[in-house]
Amino acid sequence: MSTAIQEPEIKETPNYLNAEYGWKSWLFTTDHKRIAVLYLISISVMFALGGVFAMLIRLELLTPQGDLVNSDTYNKFFTMHGVTMIFFFLIPSIPATFGNFLVPMMIGAKDLAFPRINLLSWYIYIVGALFALAAIVMGGVDTGWTFYTPFSTTYSNTFVITAAVGVFIAGFSSILTGLNFIVTVHKMRAPGMTWGRLPLFVWANYATALIQVLGTPVVAITLALVGLERAFHIGIFDPAIGGDPILFQHMFWFYSHPAVYIMILPGMGVISELVTCFSRKGIFGYSFIAGSSLGIAIIGFLVWGHHMFVTGMSMYAGLYFSFLTMIVAVPSAIKVFNWTATMFRGSISYETPMLYAFGFIGLFTIGGLTGLFLGTLGMDVHLTDTYFVVAHFHYVMVGGMVVAYLGAMHFWWPKITGRMYPEGWGKFSALLVFAGFNLTFFPQFILGYLGQPRRYHAYAPEFQVLNVMSTAGASVLGLGFVIPLVYFLWSLRFGKAAGNNPWGAKGLEWTTQSPPTTFNFDETPIVTEEAYEYAKHEEAHVG
Amino acid sequence: MRRRTLADTHVIDAEHAHSPHLRHHFDDMGQQFDSATFGMWVFLLTEIMFFGGIFGAYTVYRNLYPEAFAATSNYMNPAFGAANTAVLIVSSLTMALAVRAAHLGQQKVLQLMLVFTMIFGAAFLVIKGFEYHEHWVDMKVPLFPGHWAWDGPLAPPEYAHQAQILFCFYFFMTGFHAIHMVVGLGIMTTILLMARKGTFSPTYYTPVEVSGLYWHFVDIVWIFLFPLLYLIGHTKNLI
Repeated sequence: MSTAIQEPEIKETPNYLNAEYGWKSWLFTTDHKRIAVLYLISISVMFALGGVFAMLIRLELLTPQGDLVNSDTYNKFFTMHGVTMIFFFLIPSIPATFGNFLVPMMIGAKDLAFPRINLLSWYIYIVGALFALAAIVMGGVDTGWTFYTPFSTTYSNTFVITAAVGVFIAGFSSILTGLNFIVTVHKMRAPGMTWGRLPLFVWANYATALIQVLGTPVVAITLALVGLERAFHIGIFDPAIGGDPILFQHMFWFYSHPAVYIMILPGMGVISELVTCFSRKGIFGYSFIAGSSLGIAIIGFLVWGHHMFVTGMSMYAGLYFSFLTMIVAVPSAIKVFNWTATMFRGSISYETPMLYAFGFIGLFTIGGLTGLFLGTLGMDVHLTDTYFVVAHFHYVMVGGMVVAYLGAMHFWWPKITGRMYPEGWGKFSALLVFAGFNLTFFPQFILGYLGQPRRYHAYAPEFQVLNVMSTAGASVLGLGFVIPLVYFLWSLRFGKAAGNNPWGAKGLEWTTQSPPTTFNFDETPIVTEEAYEYAKHEEAHVG
Repeated sequence: MRRRTLADTHVIDAEHAHSPHLRHHFDDMGQQFDSATFGMWVFLLTEIMFFGGIFGAYTVYRNLYPEAFAATSNYMNPAFGAANTAVLIVSSLTMALAVRAAHLGQQKVLQLMLVFTMIFGAAFLVIKGFEYHEHWVDMKVPLFPGHWAWDGPLAPPEYAHQAQILFCFYFFMTGFHAIHMVVGLGIMTTILLMARKGTFSPTYYTPVEVSGLYWHFVDIVWIFLFPLLYLIGHTKNLI
């Protein structure tokens, strides 16, 4: 408190961005908001890199012959696309940037519980990313992002260990972020900020943090075993001497399925915030949405086997995993229904963030429902390893998480930078993303249903029309990502000043100035009302 | 969590002025202590999952090849394992006494107990080193070509490959544990240096408490490793 006092004479209001200058003030900062910005820059670079690989994949698939690159290079393209996008963009995306920035502000704290560990997590992420980049520069990896054994341990001649070490290291960054969030939410809430008043974004990040803390160590030890197996040929995953390669898949998916929820839960938290704000209505079913985040986090740990229906698992295990996969759809559906109910009779306005929220609800619903197709044992035998799977998880990961991420960018950009983005361009690119996304991935559902297998650089000529549509859509989608990049950078200098609360939104983060001061609040706020009391204030205005 | 009120603000400012250990973003020392210990518990949860992964893999293989795993016990030396178990349990005791001394403000006792803890920790690693050396001489290190042999009356030839997998588990599990011991010794060194500078007092001993939690956890992992690796086959030789 005493530290937040500043001289009032300074023309530009003091805030976390102009509190100190110079590269040292950034690289040695412990301010959660600056660390969020560091993460934002780093993951944007990795997103661009992953996007380049995606475009190369789509270019290759423009023609059925496989004439742009050979199959080995193509294998490296989709592997590096998956590794960079999943481990270095999607997993850190919303928690490490918006979570980092907003969780302390939303609960009325000055910082996360462990600011130095927060900075350490960014450095760990960077070291991990450098290993991944090194693997790319030296010649790539061709195992797929899943590092399946025994191919990864025995037969692949690429830089598996380097990439696995990168993912292993980046995992610890994720663990530390999760640990920080859990302790912060438990111990740092402002007076009056009870668990029942936490913004749903905080609930979502809390549930995500549980998965990060409980799941990531398992994939760490699994990748360590892969690296050791590859280095010493010890045989743990080598069937030639009695090792069990399927055990690797169990251990890998024990983390990597919950990791899917690391990649979607924070997005759901964002949508909860956007939907209530732009409907000017309290959230419908607060406790159900909060509880369903925890439900997804818990049940998410029990469904990993649905990635392995055709790998030689026991049929009874298959039944069990199929059943639980159906169950995990319930909390996801609860969220979608509650968002819809929130909008019902709300006074909805169509700013850019809300457009992204609409996009999320539609696309995530398609992604989730097609997940039920794949969770059904008989359907999965037909659809496994086809483009149907590719389309399904891109509807969840891109149509869900990336769209939510862009929604969050537009919604909180004024808070982060103090500047508004150009609304017209924002709406235009939101529509572009939606159209481009559907054009890219909807044809892939059909392709997969018709039988085009994933991970091949050549395909039967009759699939070409749909593949051309997909590639065309990818170009539109790419443009939809580039335009926001340009206008966000433009707005840093030319955007009009945002004011403290441009959306008239509820939540403690909007009670601070934009950009916030280093310690967020001049005085620890006292919370006296529930989250999202929009209706109350509308009435007060009318009255 | 302690509820804060407006009236607390003045108290907080007063404490802020008094305790040099209070970091700016906490309201009071109690909140800071609670956060640090809770954070360590969450970290230990991740450690449980980390070791849990490899314990899980061990369980799968032991169920697949129970006889082969039992046969490898002939090449484990329970004397080493038992000695190390004893050493670690005593080190946990001295660690607990160190935390108690810090709590009571007994600076000399604190430093003494930290030194004892480090001695026992180092003794564990030395004994482990002797044991690794015995395996090396014994040709039971499948990680390196030329240092693995599976022959003799105690080594049924049909278990050759499977025994190799168990020895890999042995080296990974004890190796990861040893790395945690080394990290623990590094932490203890830091705590000892802080204690010598007089950092700790009955109102501020969070680092001692938190490092103690870590130390006990690493000890507990060994309590599980000892029976799983040493005592699965030839318990009769012990008696």
